[in-house]
Amino acid sequence: MQRPGTLSAASANRRYAGRVASTYPTVDGAGIRLDGLSKSFRSPEGPVHAVREIDVSIERGETVALLGPNGAGKSTTIDMLLGLQPPDSGGVSLFGRTPRQAVDGGLVGAMLQTGSLIQYLSVRELLTMMASVYPAPLGVDEVLEQTGLEAIARRRTQKLSGGETQRVRFALAIVSNPDLLVLDEPTVAMDVESRHEFWKSMRSFAARGKTVVFATHYLEEADQNADRVVLMAHGRIVADGSPTEIKGRVGSRTIRATLPDADLGELSGLPGVANADRHGEAALLSCADSDQAIRALLERFPAARDIEITGAGLEDAFLALTADPDSDAPDAAVAL
Amino acid sequence: MRGLVYTRYELLRAFRNRRFFFFSIGFPLLFYFVIASPNRGVHDFDRSGISLPLYYMVGLTAFGTMVAMISTGTRIASERQIGWTRQLRITPLSTRAYFRAKLLAAYMMSGLTIVLLGLAGSSLGVSLPAGHWLAMVGLILVALLPFAALGIMLGHLINVDSIGPATGGGASLLAFLGGTWFPLGSHGFLFELGRLLPSYWLVQAAHTGLTGHGWPVRGWVVIAVWSVVLSAGALYAFRRDTKRAG
Ligand SMILES: Nc1ncnc2c1ncn2[C@@H]1O[C@H](COP(=O)(O)OP(=O)(O)OP(=O)(O)O)[C@@H](O)[C@H]1O
Ligand SMILES: [Mg+2]
Repeated sequence: MQRPGTLSAASANRRYAGRVASTYPTVDGAGIRLDGLSKSFRSPEGPVHAVREIDVSIERGETVALLGPNGAGKSTTIDMLLGLQPPDSGGVSLFGRTPRQAVDGGLVGAMLQTGSLIQYLSVRELLTMMASVYPAPLGVDEVLEQTGLEAIARRRTQKLSGGETQRVRFALAIVSNPDLLVLDEPTVAMDVESRHEFWKSMRSFAARGKTVVFATHYLEEADQNADRVVLMAHGRIVADGSPTEIKGRVGSRTIRATLPDADLGELSGLPGVANADRHGEAALLSCADSDQAIRALLERFPAARDIEITGAGLEDAFLALTADPDSDAPDAAVAL
Repeated sequence: MRGLVYTRYELLRAFRNRRFFFFSIGFPLLFYFVIASPNRGVHDFDRSGISLPLYYMVGLTAFGTMVAMISTGTRIASERQIGWTRQLRITPLSTRAYFRAKLLAAYMMSGLTIVLLGLAGSSLGVSLPAGHWLAMVGLILVALLPFAALGIMLGHLINVDSIGPATGGGASLLAFLGGTWFPLGSHGFLFELGRLLPSYWLVQAAHTGLTGHGWPVRGWVVIAVWSVVLSAGALYAFRRDTKRAG
C-alpha cells in the first residue's frame, strides 16, 4: 500500500508560490491573530465562559498545538478562528483578513472535531467534488497519495472504517492546498499505526511552509508534532511555549506511598518535593524532581511501602497552573 | 464554471440514494397503480367528464412532485446532523451555488416523477394533447419553486429526528388543503383558504393537463409571493444554522 509523506519539496514550493500569487496579495508578516477573544454560552446551570479573553499570535509556517482537557475551550476557539461562530468580543485575523475572506480565498482547510462524510460518493468523487469549489486546489491524485487513500479511492464513503473516514476528512482539509490547516483532535478513532501515518502526512504538509493549528488532549502528540504548545484550561491560556518548556511544567510526577506516621512538614522538606499531602495512611508528594525525591524518601523513611510514581494527569497539571479556574479576573498566563 | 462539478456530484448523490428514490418516486407510482389500475374503465370520474386514470395521474403528479421538493429538507437535515453543513461553511462554496445544487437535485427528482407518472398513465390508456401536457409540465415546474424553498428552509430549521414528520405532515396538509385529493368546489372557507396556498395552484397547474387552461393572474401572484417569502426564509435558516449539530 502506498504510504503518505512522499511529496517533493520542489513541487510543494512551486505550488505554494503559485497559490499566493493567484489569490489575494498577502499582508507581509501577518499570520494568525486572536485578539481578546471571548465566548460564553447560556446553559441551564448559568453562563458557561467557554473562552475568556485569549490572545494568540501565530506566525506563518508555525505548527501550534492547542492542548487542553475536555471543555477547555479548544473547539470553541477553533470555531471562532474559522468564522463558524462569532466571538462575543475580540477579533480574529487570518493573514490580515477576516475568517470569511480567508475561507473564500481558499486559504483555510479544516478538520472539525465532529463530522462525518456525505454518502453515495466514492472517496475519489468526494474529493473531486470538493476540490472543484476552490480557486487553486491540489490534484486529487496527489492528495490521495499524500494521505494514503489510493487503495480505497473507489470505495463509497459510507463503507469506510472510522479511521479511514478520518483520513478522508484530512484529505478534504488539504485538497484546497490551504495556507492554514486547522485540525481538531484529528486522530480520534485511529489506531497506533494510522496515528503515526497521519502525523507523518501532517508534518509533510506543514513542511511546505504551511501554518498548522491542531487541538489535542495528548501532551505526547503536541510534543512530537508541534513547534509550539498553547495550553488551555477553563477558557484561558495557562501556558504558551515550546513543547520542552510545557513538558517541564506539566510533566511533574507524583509519588504516593503508605507512610502512616511521617510528618507532612518533614515530607515537604525533602529534596525534589514541591508539596506534600496526606490521604489517610498514604502520603502524596508532588515532585519537581521525582528521581531526587524518591531517593531522599527511601533514605529517610525506609518503611515506606506500596510506592507508586505517576506522571501528573493533564487535568491535575492544569488545575495546578490555574489557581482559581472560575475567577473572572484577567488571566495571568504563566510566563515560561 | 466552478459550481458545475459540485452540482453534478450533488445530482449523482441524489440519484444513487436508492431508498430516497424508491419512496420519493416509487411511492406515487405505486399509489397510482393501486388506485387507477382497478378503475381504468371509469371514463367519467365524479361526473367531471374526465377518466379516473387521467384525474389521478395529474393529482399524483402534483402530490409526487411536491413531496420530492419538500424532501430536500430530509437530506439537508441529515447532512447537518453529520456536520457536513459546517464543513461546507469552511469552503468558498457560495450560498448561491449551494442553493442551486439543492434546487437542481430536487427538480431532477420532480422531473422524473412527472415522466414516470406520464408513462404510467399512458400504460393505462391515458392520453393528453401534447400542448396540454407541455403547458402542464411548464406550470408545475414554476409552481414547485415555493416547495423547493420550503424544503431547504425546513432542512436547516428542523433536526433529523423530527424532519420526517415535519415534511411528511407538511406535505400531506398542504396537499389536502390544496385540493389534491378532492375538488375544493368554488366557494366556502376551504376554497378561500386553498386559493392562498401554493399547493392549490400546483394542483391547478397539474389540472392544466386536463383543461388546457393556465393560471389566472392570482395564481402567478400567489406562487410568486410564496416563492419570495419562503426563499427569504430558507436563506435566513441557512445563515443562522452554523452551530454544532444537536
Ligand atoms: N453551543 C454550546 N452551548 C452551551 N455550551 C457550550 C456550547 N458549545 C460549547 N459549550 C461549552 O463550552 C465549553 C468549552 O467547549 P469546547 O467544545 O470548546 O471544549 P474543548 O476544549 O473542545 O473540549 P473537548 O476536548 O472535550 O473537545 C464546554 O464547557 C462546553 O460544554
Ligand atoms: Mg473540542
